[in-house]
Amino acid sequence: MNVLPIFILLPLGAGFIMLLSHRLGKRLPDFIANAAVFFLVLMAFSLYFFRTPGTVMIYKAGCLPVNIGVNLVLDGLSHLLLLTVNLVAFLITFYSVQYMERYTKAEKYFSLLLLMVAGMNGVVLTGDLVSLFIFMEIAAISGCALVAFGTESEELEAAFKYLVMGSVASIFILFAFIMIYGLTGTTNMADISQSFPGNAGHAKILITLLLFMGFGTKSAIIPFHAWLPDAHPAAPAPISAMLSGVLIKALGIYALVRIFFNVLGMTPQLSNIFTTLGVISLLVGVIMALGQWDFKRLLAYHSISQIGYVMLGLGLATPLGILGGLFHLFNHAIFKPLLFLAAGSVEYSTGTRQLKELGGLRRKMPVTANMSLAASLAISGIPPFNGFWSKLFIVIACIQAGKLWLAFAAVIGSLLTLSSFMKIQKYVFFNELPDRLRNVKESPWMMLSSMSVLALLCLAIGLFFPIVVSFLINPAVISVAGGISYGRLILGGF
Amino acid sequence: MVEYLLCVVLLMIGVYCVAVKKNLIKIIIGLVIMEYAINLLIVVVGYRRGGMDPIADPAAANAIYVDPLAQTFALAMIAVGLATTVTMAAIAMRIYDRYGTFDITKIRKLKG
Repeated sequence: MNVLPIFILLPLGAGFIMLLSHRLGKRLPDFIANAAVFFLVLMAFSLYFFRTPGTVMIYKAGCLPVNIGVNLVLDGLSHLLLLTVNLVAFLITFYSVQYMERYTKAEKYFSLLLLMVAGMNGVVLTGDLVSLFIFMEIAAISGCALVAFGTESEELEAAFKYLVMGSVASIFILFAFIMIYGLTGTTNMADISQSFPGNAGHAKILITLLLFMGFGTKSAIIPFHAWLPDAHPAAPAPISAMLSGVLIKALGIYALVRIFFNVLGMTPQLSNIFTTLGVISLLVGVIMALGQWDFKRLLAYHSISQIGYVMLGLGLATPLGILGGLFHLFNHAIFKPLLFLAAGSVEYSTGTRQLKELGGLRRKMPVTANMSLAASLAISGIPPFNGFWSKLFIVIACIQAGKLWLAFAAVIGSLLTLSSFMKIQKYVFFNELPDRLRNVKESPWMMLSSMSVLALLCLAIGLFFPIVVSFLINPAVISVAGGISYGRLILGGF
Repeated sequence: MVEYLLCVVLLMIGVYCVAVKKNLIKIIIGLVIMEYAINLLIVVVGYRRGGMDPIADPAAANAIYVDPLAQTFALAMIAVGLATTVTMAAIAMRIYDRYGTFDITKIRKLKG
């Protein structure tokens, strides 16, 4: 029996049942959401023991042959993203149970969250360009509704900006997909990778530009980043964590990598575009972060900067560079949600996220302070936390590829990251405690336990990184570095 | 060739509308125009010169059919476009409740 459709059908179904079930019990929606996503994490993890490395699992919708029909495909790269999406989604759902008590209509929140998870699982699993587009829109629209969930002025404004930029990006992506369809006569990614004409010339340049504009906006790399610093701080904290941790990666980076490496084929020119955009995002993102005084806005600029590292590593297109990029993608999906959840916990207890109004919270909220410290060390690349190893891989890969100035920029970016997180630690957790925060209490246990699991993961991945790399990351590297043999692998099985 | 160019011209009108207009509703209309341009492009890409409706006719063995797959995509994209437009219109309504205006130069709480 093939289990792949469950990753899409279960969250979709649970999301719709939840809207009916909240009449039966106030706690029922929380329970359904957590149970559904927990089941998906277990399944995504256990699939590692069922899938032989180097092969792909394929689910064919209907009885059409594999090169015509719509397929769900699970290879190394999809599997890494699938595990990341569901793991982070589970911890965030668990955190949300108590965080969302401040809001009304929690069942609608969980329903939209599950819809977003279904969309992202669809994006990483599908083997077809048109269904990739449709799943991407499901995830993006429900994400936008979640940004506007508080319906305050700023949130609505940020959501509208996000939706307009996201829709224009989607239209460019669709334009590129139609051009690909016109050139090859198919939308199946495996089939396109085998039949894309070598003499497409100008059409291929236009397709590349449109795809970079579209997916660049979705993943917020620098010239297309304007929506992110507004949308991330405006959303409820768990949703910021979800957007920053997995949405920009599943919709942006994954799709870019899949299409450019596996479908159209990587060229040295493309590699230069990847690394240049990566370095610009890396440096400009972190420099803009240094000047921010809003806790979550600062973290949002760091998302841009860290995505720059991922782009830089992947763009080198050497096995070590791809390894570093994908490892950093996975690590960023662990520590950035942790930082956003810690910011949410501070906001939950004190009611503000302006750095200048906070201070001295280390005595009042010791657990939150320590978790945030762990994540700050991880994102700044301090050993033995996980961020150190992935940044080290990227820097070594840059030097091996003979691009010393890229390695230099990566190290400078890491130092600036460290300094801006020292600013957060100083202004929020060390410093003097202002009078109006005398009666602050630590956040409830469900929020704390979800944060603790993420912090433990940061440390454990850092300490046991050889196991993680060989078990999770290497299969993904093999499928990315395989290039357009991806298509042969899928079509060849039948 | 000219029909492809017309699709691109329509797309550019939509981009102009989104980029220049100051009214939220006009921005939404600009996006809808862009969606229409793309849907038209999909159908044009699937067109074959002298093609008939894509319904198999056993009597005409050598008939040319237009591409039915492209028309199916256009239908799917209309549904996606509806979802986007509805979400945007809902948010625009809530913005009007909060600010009392559709003018984006007056809706500026974010530094952006």
